[in-house]
Amino acid sequence: MLPKIAWKNLIHKPLNTALCVSLLMFGVGIISVLLLMQHQLEQKFERDLRDIDLVVGAKGSPLQLVLSAVYHLDAPTGNIKLAEARKVMDNPIVEEAIPLAYGDSYQGYRILGTTPDYLEKYNAELRDGRLFSKSMEATLGAAIVERTGLQVGDTFLGTHGDVREGHVHEEHPYTVVGVLKSTNSVLDQLVLTNIESVWDVHAVHGDEDDHDHEGDHDHDHDHEGDHDHDHEGDHDHDHEGDHDHDHEGDHDHSDATVDRDSMEITALLLKYKSRMTMLNIPRIINDQTNMQAVLPGLEINRLFYMLGVGATTLKLIAGGIMAMAGFSVFFVLYNRLRERKHELALMRSVGYRPGHLFGLLLFEGLLLAVFGYLLGWLLSRLGIYFINRQAESDFNLQFGWGWVPGEWWLLLLTFLVGIISALLPAWRAMRMDVSKILSDN
Amino acid sequence: MLKSRDLTYQYPGSKALAFPDISVKAGEALLICGESGCGKTTLLHLLAGLRKPGSGQIFIDDALFSEMTSAQTDQYRGRHIGMVYQQSYFIESLSIIDNLLLSPYAGDRSKTMSIANRLDINDLMRRRPSQLSIGQQQRASIARAIMSSPRLILADEPTSALDNRNCLQVLNLLKEEALSNNAALVIVTHDDRLRDHISSQVNLEPVN
Repeated sequence: MLPKIAWKNLIHKPLNTALCVSLLMFGVGIISVLLLMQHQLEQKFERDLRDIDLVVGAKGSPLQLVLSAVYHLDAPTGNIKLAEARKVMDNPIVEEAIPLAYGDSYQGYRILGTTPDYLEKYNAELRDGRLFSKSMEATLGAAIVERTGLQVGDTFLGTHGDVREGHVHEEHPYTVVGVLKSTNSVLDQLVLTNIESVWDVHAVHGDEDDHDHEGDHDHDHDHEGDHDHDHEGDHDHDHEGDHDHDHEGDHDHSDATVDRDSMEITALLLKYKSRMTMLNIPRIINDQTNMQAVLPGLEINRLFYMLGVGATTLKLIAGGIMAMAGFSVFFVLYNRLRERKHELALMRSVGYRPGHLFGLLLFEGLLLAVFGYLLGWLLSRLGIYFINRQAESDFNLQFGWGWVPGEWWLLLLTFLVGIISALLPAWRAMRMDVSKILSDN
Repeated sequence: MLKSRDLTYQYPGSKALAFPDISVKAGEALLICGESGCGKTTLLHLLAGLRKPGSGQIFIDDALFSEMTSAQTDQYRGRHIGMVYQQSYFIESLSIIDNLLLSPYAGDRSKTMSIANRLDINDLMRRRPSQLSIGQQQRASIARAIMSSPRLILADEPTSALDNRNCLQVLNLLKEEALSNNAALVIVTHDDRLRDHISSQVNLEPVN
């Protein structure tokens, strides 16, 4: 009977109940969304970081370098000379060095020139076809196939830069040779190819002619159909416009033998044999070369610290809403206590113990908390749904709906808010003078 | 069935109330009369165990009711004492049938229906308490009081708010139900209309 009384009492005063529940709902909803996003972002960043000890790239913002080279979220800081990179790669303490080169994208997905080591790092498995082995062969991440419908054997054209409406490299079609299984990592969102492809598309690979690098590159190559590698044609590249590809005029391709070391890559992902030496290398690179070396974990912690400031503000607001919800539960139960004193005295007179009344009021507080939590949970998932619609198109990012560990605490917190707010009214109900209430007519 | 001996009660800051000894047998009725403020309700609440007497004893079925712990008292009251008040108190958010089933010692739904039939409130069972007339409410509270088949029915001014017709009807219902449950019935009232209908009477002296 007690649960029924509690329930009936709550729906007997729907406005009171709606006030308490909606305040709890908003508090829970906001905190829940924050928890979900924070947890999943941290997980995603953690997962994608793998065992990358050091990122080496062009000088610029260290955070930008990490975001671009590890997470493929930001524009690259620029390019570095392969020759310079080579010195770092050949260092005996380096266990693994993976070069990355970009420049282009396909429908917003980055085309990344790299080595098969990179795929191994993310435990990639082929779903279809094979790995890229020659220039202009591409292996696609799972999400791309899902979205674009490309299959093994198809060809596609890269668009210069990250923007969808950029210049299309029509002369250099890629051929899809393989499709990867989903790894829930950055690989899903990448078009993977070898570094030579990137060089080919941007036409620095193998050219021994005098390039007319004047001004900024537009990659509006006038290849006149014979951009073969017979090294005879008169490649009259007509570079103009506003493309900044760090080619800044210092290409020296006049030697008869092409030294690949004069090529450029975008970044280098390093793993050490031992972490002990970690601290020295970045300093040497930063001081003595044109490149910068960044500890990605450190930058990501810095990023989360910065994001955390915003999240903390939101959490404080949500906490304030929760506190108000707690007060409203208190006021509603306490006010109702005056109206209900005869009912509660009646309950005592038909055999209920003071403890029963205490429990009844606590249960009512808890019921409000349960409904507040359930609706807040729904609200948070609705929020994630709308955030996903936005994030999907802006960042190729998707948040899951799943339960995250922090939500246990939120559930506990909500229940505590309900119960603690009901404590004083419940105490008053337990201690009331039944005889006095029943005798004042 | 119910006996009291040398009962007194003192509210803080006022004179002690001393009550005459009372005694009532199962199936019988006792009327306790007195003007307002002479401690009628206090006596009734002492008998119901809602207050502890300052001194004196209350025996129910030869058990020393006044010496029971509060938990035992609450349990005994729920199980064996039915109470009817001047105002009909109900849980406003519950229907009449749920109000009848309120007590943890109330019987089941089939019992509700047979009692409701006897008291002629079976059409009102789905209604809210506030949708009933005062006479109907009083009948419903009698129904609730006898749901647990009590051995003692205590009624506090059950007829004061009622007109003559309803007054007699409620009184007769109380007497009938007490008799059919073989319960002792104690009514405290200042309603002189009841004096002709219950022979066994105790008068409380006004406190000066």
